[in-house]
Amino acid sequence: MSAETPITSTGGPAANRSAATSAGGTDTSPAMTAIPAEGTDTSSADTAIVERGTDTGLAETHCEHGGEPGAIPRTGDSITNRWTGVHRALRWWPIALLITLLVAPYSALPVPGLLDGPLGSPGSLQLLALCLLYGALATGYDLLLGRTGLLSFGHALYFATGLYATDLGMLELQLPFAAAAVFGVACTVLLALLLGSVSLRVTGIGFSMVTLAFAQAGSILVQRNPGGITGGEEGRSAPADLLPPGLLGIENTANLYWIAVGYLVLTVAAVYWAVNSPAGRVWEGIKENERRVEVLGLRPYGYKLVAFVMAGGLAGLGGVVYLLLTGGATPQAASSDATLALLVMVVLGGSGTRWGPLLGGVLYTWASHRLGDLANSTAVADLPAVLRVPLSQPLFLLGALFVAVVYLLPGGLARLPARIRAARSARSVPAPTGVRTARPTGGTPA
Amino acid sequence: MDTVVLLLCTGLGLGALYFLVASGLSLIFGLMDVLNFAHGALLSIGAYATWWAGTEAGFPFWLAVPFGTLLGTAAAVLLELFLIRPLYSRPRDQILATVGVGLAIPALLMGVWGADSRPFPQPALLSGTWHVLGATVPVNRFVLVAAAALVLLTLRLFLARTRYGLIVRAGVEDRAMVTALGIDVRKAFTLVFAIGGAAAALGGALGGLYFGSVSPGQGTGLLIFAFVVVVMGGMGSVTGAAAASVGVGLVQQFANYYTGAGLGDLSVVVLLAVLLLVRPRGLTGRLA
Repeated sequence: MSAETPITSTGGPAANRSAATSAGGTDTSPAMTAIPAEGTDTSSADTAIVERGTDTGLAETHCEHGGEPGAIPRTGDSITNRWTGVHRALRWWPIALLITLLVAPYSALPVPGLLDGPLGSPGSLQLLALCLLYGALATGYDLLLGRTGLLSFGHALYFATGLYATDLGMLELQLPFAAAAVFGVACTVLLALLLGSVSLRVTGIGFSMVTLAFAQAGSILVQRNPGGITGGEEGRSAPADLLPPGLLGIENTANLYWIAVGYLVLTVAAVYWAVNSPAGRVWEGIKENERRVEVLGLRPYGYKLVAFVMAGGLAGLGGVVYLLLTGGATPQAASSDATLALLVMVVLGGSGTRWGPLLGGVLYTWASHRLGDLANSTAVADLPAVLRVPLSQPLFLLGALFVAVVYLLPGGLARLPARIRAARSARSVPAPTGVRTARPTGGTPA
Repeated sequence: MDTVVLLLCTGLGLGALYFLVASGLSLIFGLMDVLNFAHGALLSIGAYATWWAGTEAGFPFWLAVPFGTLLGTAAAVLLELFLIRPLYSRPRDQILATVGVGLAIPALLMGVWGADSRPFPQPALLSGTWHVLGATVPVNRFVLVAAAALVLLTLRLFLARTRYGLIVRAGVEDRAMVTALGIDVRKAFTLVFAIGGAAAALGGALGGLYFGSVSPGQGTGLLIFAFVVVVMGGMGSVTGAAAASVGVGLVQQFANYYTGAGLGDLSVVVLLAVLLLVRPRGLTGRLA
């Protein structure tokens, strides 16, 4: 991953901080000729910005690791200047994306192929909300997998605990929704604290299996329906009379969607904050080499437990949002397949990156819904059986895709732009004649 | 009394099934440090191949079982050669790749033969019951136990008496040392995968007798209990896996009968957690 070009180092944090005051808004002119605009182009279609922003923005997160902090922009170089401008503008893509997400319910923009109805229709919003929810869940799960290096096979347990505890808090304890939600998240945090403190006593693959065992125990418990509480295979639907009226019915899908967006923002912010905190640096150390962290005089156990409880709590909150979105708790949420799905999302998007798990979660959820439609479409039904049968199984396609990503794309989709750039710069800069540089200084197009 | 005998025989049959899955899993993990999440899928391949050969292709049962086992073995070898081998330098990705295969293969089986379970062909010779100490026990329980005992014996002989068995045992102890001595461990890897796949596929073929039907999710459902067995028996130990599978099978049957359905499964899973915490290296104290 050595795609450190001079371009990126000039766009480092120091340059961007100064840019923050000057670049007032996003710019819609083609990327190559964009110049930092003072004025905002208000006539722009928001989606165009977002799409372009996603491409380059993902690459940018990696540049931040490689770029020299505090590098001085070379003002003489006009091309560099232009690139800096693009970077200045694109640095704001998460804000632009968030605004786009927030106003999406007001839009009637048709998105043929991607969604069934127009953007603001309840069906599309429901699917989008699910996508964002799973994107956030994957981001929370990556706190364990990609940030601390803990391969947990039991994350679905905490999601399901938040889901069921909130539902049962309303059904059995007659709590109003807000109190039930607090109850659900509190239960999840307590369970994560308890089981985490126990399972973190073993390391490596042992930890994976203990978490798998606990999650399996939870899954069995939910399915066996002890005392008629969990509803067994059918699950329990949330009581309509205890939910706020603004969250009920198909006409209020937009409210649920905004809750999902809020949950996503909260998760991304929490993970960002935690990873950049002192504890986050210790997590990174644990991921790289736990023994050396111990040698430095730190006890990894406590740090890992904090990561575990925090990831568990975020998953529990996700369970509350899921309860609102789907209107009930079903045992599928607790199954080991649910954890595996989270794992697929994180690896697909790129574990250990800021936006990778989110991207993976959104893509996976969208794909698993749309692939179901594909399976029932006439285009697939007309194919010969050799092609039709695999295409009609979303889980097969996702499993195969997962293997392909692990195999061909280590680091996931989020590292793809950096890889492409590395390949391109390796091609565009021929090695100086006779001299083979040990580490090319990067391909500057200038 | 007859209930106890029936439970004992059924528990032993279930334990035999667990052993067939767990022996390969244990060897693979012991030698290669790969937790093979696709092992349940190998079992499903064996089960479906046997079912297909026995019903749609019209093979007699005694030919269908070797056919299923052979197909499962071939699948295991292909899995090792094409997916695990290119990832030797990335241990975590090996696990992830097997997770993907473990998702894809049951889904493919579901796509081809449907999600519902299919009745498994029961040959007349094996579908009867025997009277043992006043209890009426289906014959297939004994078939499973006999097959597992045979596999255990063969594996013991292979590991103790052959050159490749020696390499495998040495590899489980210290892989780096074996490589340093100039032995190509990769051949042993493929071999161990083939053995594990064969045992799992045989388990699938005979598991069809035990359950009376085949369904796509069967293998994955058994896999968790096989993990329990592997951990309890000590990873890499075949004899340990045999002892642990008998224990797990019996505990599950008795607990399910006497304390209410589901509690046996739950107790086994909790047992795994407790055991890992108390003795992270497993019962036999081997490397974990």
